[in-house]
Amino acid sequence: MSAPIRVLVAKPGLDGHDRGAKIIARALRDAGMEVIYTGLRQTPEMIVNAALQEDVQVIGLSILSGAHNAIVPRVMELLREKDMADVKVIVGGIIPDEDALDLKRQGVAAVFQPGASLEGIVDFIRASVPA
Amino acid sequence: MKVPTTTTPPAAQRPFTTISGVPIEPLYSPDELHDLDPARDLGAPGRFPYTRGIHETMYRGKLWTMRQFSGFATPEETNRRYLYLLAQGQTGLSVAFDLPTLMGYDADHMLAEGEVGKCGVAISSLADMETLFRGIPLADVTTSMTINSPAAVLWAMYLAVAEQQGVDWARLSGTIQNDILKEYIAQKEYIFPPRPSMRLVTDTIEFSARHTPRFNPISISGYHIREAGSTAVQELAFTLRDGIEYVEWALARGLAIDQFAPRLSFFFNAHSDFFEEIAKYHAARKIWAHVMRDRFGAQDERSLKLRFHAQTAGCSLTWQQPYNNVVRTSIQAMAAVLGGCQSLHTNSLDEAYALPSEHAVTIALRTQQVIAHESGVTIAPDPLGGSYFLERLTLDTEAAALAYIRRIDEMGGMITAIEQNFPQREIANASYEYQKAVERGDKIIVGVNAFQSDREEAVEILQIDRAAQDHQAKKLAALRATRDNSRVRAALDALKRTAEGTENTMPFILDAVRAYATLGEICDALRGVFGSYQETSLV
Repeated sequence: MSAPIRVLVAKPGLDGHDRGAKIIARALRDAGMEVIYTGLRQTPEMIVNAALQEDVQVIGLSILSGAHNAIVPRVMELLREKDMADVKVIVGGIIPDEDALDLKRQGVAAVFQPGASLEGIVDFIRASVPA
Repeated sequence: MKVPTTTTPPAAQRPFTTISGVPIEPLYSPDELHDLDPARDLGAPGRFPYTRGIHETMYRGKLWTMRQFSGFATPEETNRRYLYLLAQGQTGLSVAFDLPTLMGYDADHMLAEGEVGKCGVAISSLADMETLFRGIPLADVTTSMTINSPAAVLWAMYLAVAEQQGVDWARLSGTIQNDILKEYIAQKEYIFPPRPSMRLVTDTIEFSARHTPRFNPISISGYHIREAGSTAVQELAFTLRDGIEYVEWALARGLAIDQFAPRLSFFFNAHSDFFEEIAKYHAARKIWAHVMRDRFGAQDERSLKLRFHAQTAGCSLTWQQPYNNVVRTSIQAMAAVLGGCQSLHTNSLDEAYALPSEHAVTIALRTQQVIAHESGVTIAPDPLGGSYFLERLTLDTEAAALAYIRRIDEMGGMITAIEQNFPQREIANASYEYQKAVERGDKIIVGVNAFQSDREEAVEILQIDRAAQDHQAKKLAALRATRDNSRVRAALDALKRTAEGTENTMPFILDAVRAYATLGEICDALRGVFGSYQETSLV
């Protein structure tokens, strides 16, 4: 059996609404993944450093405040700078369709909008991380 | 007539539980109410224990205040929205602040990048507050401000605007949320550690008792606890236990119970499970009346009456088929009204996407007006009182909430419970269980896990662009260049010295605000004395 997929669940920005991030973290753990939850108010720098140190294959960003256009591009830029472009970034939260397309163009693997199922997110991660 | 559906399992196969997971019997009749003593448990509306309402005539005498939470972008734009809402018949204002303001950062702070004006209005100084209330006489409106960790500062700005308008503070009426405990428990917008935060809250309660007799210095809030995924019982129990904690701190300050208790107000969620919600409000009033009389010895009747604001459940709104949100909100608002709320916010149909557009917020306000003036539910106080089902639910809700309250008492109070992550863990567990029930299809969300539709329903979205951030930053730079900076420094130094001691900080915060010290400067001064709080994140 291959090693479990390692995922960093992060909550960037000033927003404290962590219900979604915590549910995702538990669901991924229940699905057999190793989950590191950063806690609140992480800067892009802190998130990318944690991803490097924890050697994760996936970063999940939970953003509900509308600040995604300021935060996500910075995370992608830092990943490229640190040669970590193979880390899959997924974003969950209140992300309008237009912005979701834009984020995908910048290299985000998937954007999960309100109502997304836990099963769908688990399946996506399993399918996108090479075993 | 049976309506066949193909997309959901037959109802009989699903467990019969409330949205909070409470099992429900096949039928309720007098047999299930053997332990109910109507005189003792219900009383009459306006009479102890106020289960049926705090007023004898309820909405016959006075409707609830229709208070739409609102704020976005700059103070200039939000001021225009307020003038519009007042012209549409709204009867009270309710200020939503953006995240930097909630966290005590100025709009030009590094951490404010991308967040200015997004979730509410950006207020960094008294100058912004003056703009926010331009053309609005503070003596004639009641204003609620959803601000917590830096509540004392924003309240001081409001009091200073009142001074400028020549309004006696004794005439001011309104509410600051100022409920820091639920921030540690649920919403997580905290700045300082719990104990210094409680000292600030107690400072405002004491100041209010002496200077603003018609202002509510706190709105003890279950709303955010519920939005974080709690059950109805957890929302009720943690909120009331928070209330007990504030009372104990104010008593320890030397205030007499009836000096401040009449101005304590509450704020609950109005979620989708109609009867469970109504039972929650009824149980809330009954428990609080007993706590105030029996635990704290309150004698003033006003101290015993739990007054509450309700807001429909933001977390119930769906991104899919957004027009259904109008229906959800109507049902939830009806529950709040049948539960006897004193003021109400109805969410707008587009709030799963963004802050509401003017069109959407108007429909939300009209929803309240239809309930008030067309539905007939306001014609008799507590029209559901005596329902077998409702009264059983109320008794069970009360018992379950009291068990939680006892448990937290045994832990040594709410601050200890928070430090041990007790309420946080209970809520996270409940929220995960609910989500799993949705995944299994045990709980149906129309348009999300059943009755899906491929047809797109476009809604008009309020866009907040970077212009708000740039505008606010420019104004801050101008303010810092033109104000008397030596006066600012002296006021901040005096505030720091007070924070280090035990004297009430409010007069010193007021002086700093009047000198146009910014929110960020004042909070930095307090951070220097109190420190910052980091939670241990558990999953």
